[in-house]
Amino acid sequence: MTAALLTNAATRTELPLKRRLKRAERARQFKALALVVPLLLFLLFTFAGPIAGMLWRAVDDREVRQVLPQTVAALASWDGKDLPDEKAYAALASDILAARASATIAIAAKRLNYATNGFRTILTSTARNLKAEPEPGTARETLVKINPAWRERTTWTTIKDASGPVTGFYLLAALDLTRNVDGAIVAAPPDQAIYRDIFVRTFLISLGVTALCLILGFPVAYLLASLPPGRSNLLMIFVLLPFWTSLLVRTCAWIVLLQSQGVVNDSLHWLGIIDQPLRLIYNRFGVCVAMTHVLLPFMILPLYSSMKAISPAYMRAAASLGAPPVTAFLRIYLPQTLPGIGAGSLLVFILALGYYITPALVGGAADQMMSYFIALYTTETANWGLASALGAVLLLATILLALVYGKLVQGQQVTGGMKN
Amino acid sequence: MSNNSSLRTPSQRIAWTATIVVSTLVFIFLIAPILAIMPLSFSSGSYLTYPLPGLSLRWYDDFINSSRWMNSLKNSMIIGVASTLLSMVLGTLAALGLAQWKSRFKPLVLAFVLSPVVVPGVITAVGLYFFFAPIGLTGSYLGLILAHTALATPFVVITVGATLQSFDTNLARAAASLGASPLYAFRRVILPLILPGLASGALFAFATSFDEVVIVLFMAGPEQRTLPREMFSGIRENISPTITAAAVVLTTVSVILLATLEGLRRRNERLKGSS
Repeated sequence: MTAALLTNAATRTELPLKRRLKRAERARQFKALALVVPLLLFLLFTFAGPIAGMLWRAVDDREVRQVLPQTVAALASWDGKDLPDEKAYAALASDILAARASATIAIAAKRLNYATNGFRTILTSTARNLKAEPEPGTARETLVKINPAWRERTTWTTIKDASGPVTGFYLLAALDLTRNVDGAIVAAPPDQAIYRDIFVRTFLISLGVTALCLILGFPVAYLLASLPPGRSNLLMIFVLLPFWTSLLVRTCAWIVLLQSQGVVNDSLHWLGIIDQPLRLIYNRFGVCVAMTHVLLPFMILPLYSSMKAISPAYMRAAASLGAPPVTAFLRIYLPQTLPGIGAGSLLVFILALGYYITPALVGGAADQMMSYFIALYTTETANWGLASALGAVLLLATILLALVYGKLVQGQQVTGGMKN
Repeated sequence: MSNNSSLRTPSQRIAWTATIVVSTLVFIFLIAPILAIMPLSFSSGSYLTYPLPGLSLRWYDDFINSSRWMNSLKNSMIIGVASTLLSMVLGTLAALGLAQWKSRFKPLVLAFVLSPVVVPGVITAVGLYFFFAPIGLTGSYLGLILAHTALATPFVVITVGATLQSFDTNLARAAASLGASPLYAFRRVILPLILPGLASGALFAFATSFDEVVIVLFMAGPEQRTLPREMFSGIRENISPTITAAAVVLTTVSVILLATLEGLRRRNERLKGSS
């Protein structure tokens, strides 16, 4: 009887307690999330938003429809097979006069010139020579007389393609592709098809730098992981000091060392090895050396931590079982360092892909990487659509590699030692 | 740990010697450029070559008396300190929240928070350039501070997060059971224990801002040029020994930051060892 009462009382108090605990836990989770929210909002404004805006610019195409609204409307029903009808010509003439009055013709001219070289001249010459609204029915005649290009179907398809509001034009251009007069995707003309080469170049330089970092970093990481902690901590300074030194200082140092009157050339000359100074900088060699110097710590640190985790007992066990040292190293030690090799290589490769400052300062014109062209089109030529499209491709490559990196280091301790 | 004890065969000894030789060469490769540039700043001549014609402090004199360089040093300090403070507040709060938050979306949120480190600098810079220009944040200190905070905060989240991982949550529970309010417990129990982690995070954040140049290139007006930005122009135009003086100043700051960080790490390890 009393026992039944007791259990009854227990269940009665247990249920609300469980619920109360659950409620408290929910409140705790809510509070925890509330602490993260300010940072998320901040990053939305200062990071994710701006990047989303850049991606939007890669497909945004509203210049022509803003400057030539009637033409765009008239061309909407045009099938593109034959020349457009008189209505489209009249609309264009009216648009051009309006654009001339508001001084916006250059905006459309710039956009159309990206698609067809020389379009700027067609549009500005027409704007200059069109005196007044043509008589009804004579728009085609008037425009063709000013510039015969208005008799070409391609002139009109260029405008139709650029009617927006969104376009694949810039993204296609970033991949050396374009649309022909019939709207099919074809290879871009050779003078515009430079971006695949730049991607390949960026990829090859990054790959070369990653390989150099691995070759140079592996023995160092092995040494640091094998030495007693006192001595390895001391030697670690040689890795951490460059790591913490400004990128600009290190790049400047390499210029001082490698230029034709620099320390390396002078020393080689003094030693009688060379008569003429070697060209060591403002070329591919200089870029690879300087980038390897900058990125080497990013290879050594993850390698070091993966090697540090390998118990020496494995190697002793292999030796005691009769494995020759080389076999033991290749079969026992090396496979255990693979996660470290993968993590370090991917990290170096990802960072190298986006490099801008070092190639810009120590590279020649033929050594500039993706980032350089994104910067160039943003600040120099103001071709923001193309800059954004190239940026989108670079971002995609980075994200894909970062996802692989994330899978690779999952479970491994995240090191605080990452510095861009 | 030591492999020396197991060096029995000649081939192992050769391999070990080779490792030492190669590593020494790599250490020279890593450190020599930084060391080579330093003496040039004390040269009395205006060519960046050895041997030095004589010693002088004229380039430091040049650096200190140039309003351009001093202004850039001031700008680096202002932007560095402000973005460090802001990223400390945002990053520490987020790290505290993430340490307690349990959700399957947590890896996603963490990846988002850390992504500014991975995304190429040019992409962030171009995005910010488009985004900040219409709202008047390019060519302003505020714009640069916000941008540098975004880049620096991941380091704070990582460093403070790592410290919180080794923090014994029972201590917070004990404080609560003894009647401490959450705020009081944070101030008197949690904060003193994670302080070294916070300090490391602050150093990382400051170093990130102090070294950043791509965003400054896109966003800074002539008034906001930082020290690395001035160095970038200097290297582009013509390398004068004044740049080497600036390089020594920058490296000195780096060494101070690294030494402080190392000191904090050692102190932390000592504390862990004694407990």
